[in-house]
Formats: sequence, C-alpha cells, structure tokens
Amino acid sequence: MENQRRVKEAADEHGAENIVVIIGGAEPDAAGLNAETVITGDPTYAGPLTGAALNLDVLHAVEPEFKEFVDGGVYDEQIGMMEMVLDVDGIVEEMNRVRESANA
Amino acid sequence: MDFATVRGTGYVLAHTPDMILEYGSTAVNERISNPDGDSDYLKNGEKYIRSYEDAVNYPANQVYIGNKHYSELKEIEMPWYKNPVEGDRFAPGGEIMPQLEFYGLLEISDSFELVHLEESFGKKAQEALSEHDLFKDDAAEMKQFVSIDYIKDHIENYEAAPLYHEDELVGCINRAHDSDPNLTSHVMAENLVAKASGILAMNNMLKGTDIDPTEIDYVIECSEEACGDINQRGGGNFAKAIAEVSKLTKSTGSDLRGFCAAPVHALIVAASMVKAGTHKNVAVVAGGSTAKLGMNGKSHISKDVPILEDCVAGFAFVVSENDGVSPVIRTDLTGAIKVGDGSSPQATMKALTDPILEGAGLNMTEIDGFATELQNPDITEPGGAGNVPEANLKMLGALGVMAGDLQRDELNDFVAAGIPGWAPTQGHIPSGVPYLAFAKQDLVDGDMDRVLMIGKGSLFLGRLTNLFDGVSVLIERNSGEVSSGSSVSVDDELKSIIKDEVASALRGLAGNL
Repeated sequence: MENQRRVKEAADEHGAENIVVIIGGAEPDAAGLNAETVITGDPTYAGPLTGAALNLDVLHAVEPEFKEFVDGGVYDEQIGMMEMVLDVDGIVEEMNRVRESANA
Repeated sequence: MDFATVRGTGYVLAHTPDMILEYGSTAVNERISNPDGDSDYLKNGEKYIRSYEDAVNYPANQVYIGNKHYSELKEIEMPWYKNPVEGDRFAPGGEIMPQLEFYGLLEISDSFELVHLEESFGKKAQEALSEHDLFKDDAAEMKQFVSIDYIKDHIENYEAAPLYHEDELVGCINRAHDSDPNLTSHVMAENLVAKASGILAMNNMLKGTDIDPTEIDYVIECSEEACGDINQRGGGNFAKAIAEVSKLTKSTGSDLRGFCAAPVHALIVAASMVKAGTHKNVAVVAGGSTAKLGMNGKSHISKDVPILEDCVAGFAFVVSENDGVSPVIRTDLTGAIKVGDGSSPQATMKALTDPILEGAGLNMTEIDGFATELQNPDITEPGGAGNVPEANLKMLGALGVMAGDLQRDELNDFVAAGIPGWAPTQGHIPSGVPYLAFAKQDLVDGDMDRVLMIGKGSLFLGRLTNLFDGVSVLIERNSGEVSSGSSVSVDDELKSIIKDEVASALRGLAGNL
C-alpha cells in the first residue's frame, strides 16, 4: 500500500511519461500483479492506485531490457544471485503477458 | 582453544485446537473486521481442525520433537498431512502434549491466580498430569478449580478470556488489572501460554541431559512475546519466570528479542558467555505463540487444506563448557547482517556466509549442511510463501556458483541434498535452532563435520526500522581435545622457563640461609 502511494506521488510530481517502475517480485504471479497495478490500476481494489490507470513503463529487474542498462559488475553484485534463483523465464513471460494485455 | 558445546535439547508441541479460532491473530482480525459475524473462516474453520492423533502422526511434528530424522521427510511425498506416519507422543527430548494437559500446565505456570479451570475438567487435567513424569509434583499443587458459574461471570462481567475444550467452556484467564492495556486477559493468555510452553520445553530438555538443573546458572529466553505493565511493556523477564517453575534454583536470566532471528542470537550469546567464563551452563528457551495459531488458516481452508498451525511450539537447549564430545559452537566463526549491509537478498546472504567461509578457509560445498529458516513447507506453500528453506538453499547455492565453488548445473543437487524444513510457523521457532535436535546424531554419531546455522528476522514488522536482520554461526564436530581448567593457557616451554627461574631463586635463597 505504501509503495502504491509512493508510485502515485512520483507520477503526480514528475509526470507518468517520465517514470519507469522496476519491480523485484520473486514469483511470476506477484510480479505480474505489481506490473498490472502500475499500468491499469490496483486489481485488488485495496490500495491508492485503485481505478488509477497510470500506464507507467514497467520492467522486472531480471528482464534483459533492464539488464542492458546496468553496469555488469554492479548487476552481478546486486542481482546475480537472485537471477540464478528466480524463475526468470516465468517472470519474463508473465511481464510480457501483462504489458500486452494492457496495450490490447 | 575451547569453545562452548551443545549439551542437551528439548523440542515440544502443545496441540491446542480450541485456541485457534479464539486466540489466533487471523481469527481475532476476522472478528474485528466482521462485527456482524459474517466470516467464512470463523464459520467454517472448525471443519478443518485436526484431531490430536492427526497432529501426533503428522510427519513434520515427529521430526520437530526429534523422533524422526529430518532426512526421512525427503522420502515422504508432500503434502505430508496426507501421508501420516505412526507417531509417538514422547521423544527422548520432546513431546506433543494434548490440550487437556496443557490447560493444566497453564494453571501450574500461573503465579497470580489468573487461570481458573472448571472443577471437573481441572481434576481431569490434574489426574493426567499426575501421570506425567515431568509434572507429577506440580500437579499435586494444582488448586485453582472453580464452578462454571464463576467462569461465565468473569467472562461476561470482568473481561476474562475463555478456555474451550472440545467446544465446551472449561476455564478462563482473568485480566491482571482492571484498566492496564498490557495486562488484559488476552495479553495474559498469550504470555502464560509462552511461559507454559517454555516450561514444557525446558523440562523435556532437562530430562535428556546429564547436567544437573541446579548447575544451570543463566537462562536466555528468546520468544517474540512481551510482558510488563503499562509503564514497561516488554519489561520481561520470561526467562526467570520459566526457570522458577522448572526449579533452576541457582540461575537467573533475561530475555533477548530479535524477531525470528532471536534464537540464533541467543545461541551465540549463550556460547559466548560460557566461553568467557561468565556462566558455566546457559539454557536458552522459548515458548510458543497463540497469535500464530491458524496464521495461514484462511489460505489453508480456501485450498481445502487442514489448519496445520494447530500447535503451540517450544524449544530449549543448554550450552556448556567443552566436554570433548558434544558439538562445538564456533563463536569465532559467526556472520551478521550489519546496519551498513542494507537489505538486498544477495548482500544479506553474503554477510551471513562470507565471514564464516573466509574465517574457516572453506568453500560453500565444504559445509555439510545449512540450517536456515526451517519453516515447514507443507504450511507455507499453501499459505503462499513458498518453500522457505529451499529458497535459502537456492540462494546459498547461487552464491557458491558465483564464487566458483560449484557448477551451475550442480545447483539443483546442492538444493536437493540440503536440510529441509519441518518447524511449525511460530515466528522465532523455525529459526535455525530446530536443527540442534539432530546435532548429536549428525555431528557426534554421524558423518557430518560442520553445519552453518542461520537465523533471519523481519525487523520492519515493529515499524521502527526498515532493516532486515540475521546472524549465523558454525556448529562443528568436537575434535575431542579439551584444554586444562585454567582459562589462561601457558605453553610447556614457558612453564619450563618459569620452573627453572623459580628453582634458581629458591637455590639462591637456600644458599643465603
């Protein structure tokens, strides 16, 4: 809930088109839910983003599109371990599904 | 160099089915958010509550009390509740106590005449406890038996907390003050349950160790409860309160808090006290939590899983001077998530392992086992939290791959060979230390040489810091070498020089006589 409030505040202050949300959810489902929340609004109708379709750009920290923008050494030091642990394919697939269904 | 050793352990469960829908935080929240009584959990929960026999025959519970080795769980198909074993109530250092006796133990644990049992029920509990080796003397002293009218009157008019058994009202716990928010009947029930289950664990531990109870000179209690009045919520001291009932007449103690990491903190502190010579025999103890009964209950019943969080848990262990046999606690090889380490999974896991691996000159594959957060996955998976010990093992294995200690394609085998989870999700209970039940089997009688124990705690739950916490320590096979009693070690060469000098001085003295 607190994160939703912060995302909303950042979008209000800087403009939704200037915000990219990087998420780190460990499960594909949880990651997808987070992504959906910042694109089309909170699907659980519980937080500050309920009914707020911010249409923010959103990437997961293990997606290649994000990885290419990060220094390799820093990425290995901060995310390398979790990249090996998480179901990266499942997360990427779920993130793509959420983004595509939002654009449909 | 002599390090402290683990000399005795006790692991207990008290099956408290009637407390789940009365004292569990999930049930309490359901009552608050559904004042009209329209809660599916409260209406249907009853149907998902297990019998005592089911709790005894549950594979993970038999491992928790030490009757089955954790490796046997790997042979049993999950979900384990569908594949019961033939369980025993008692283990050499543990037991699963039924609710009738546990309510009696609540009365025994009560020093302020707060717990009252209906007369016929109370006598039944007394009779059962008088057959219990560890409590027969205490049972003879039980006296707080009252009429059912007294109980109803105190619940209706004085905010007493009810005790149900098989759905029947059989007792109450009175508030300890008429206006103090920290001494309400609900708080007293939580604290008395933590105290009683701590006593149960302590006495089971004492049963299985050769250390005389009067030789235990310090107790550290490491649960997640807080006792005190309006001026000092959390003032303590559960440790001394438990020590009193367990008749540790020569000990004092204190409480150590650190959420789920507290037991490993307590292990390190206890071992350091012994190593420093401050105390000789330090017992670490923790009772269980009523709030966490049925904590994942809503998720469980929505998936047609029985409410598996139906037992209050407790543990105790004693840490003593090196006996040359028992597993050694390497207090020189510890890890900690320090304030500056932040909270990322990678940074925190490295903080817990790097100092130990580097200090011991070992790599990840040279550690025989990792006792991490040992939550029972039968409970956490349907609760939506995944398999916690497995996730920890994956992270450890990944660090090993990054360090070049193992190949990436060996990661799955590393995880599969690891120590699984079996401990009830009672907050502090799963934190590394349930492993100690098997330390003797593995590190004395078995073929393992070292186990790295990790405890982690979510400090943000207290809303004072966003930091994550954790500590770790290496537990090792005893080399069998014990240094002499003196804490100052003097090597033989120095001894010989001193002897020569003293002899020469004496000769000089004698020559002048």
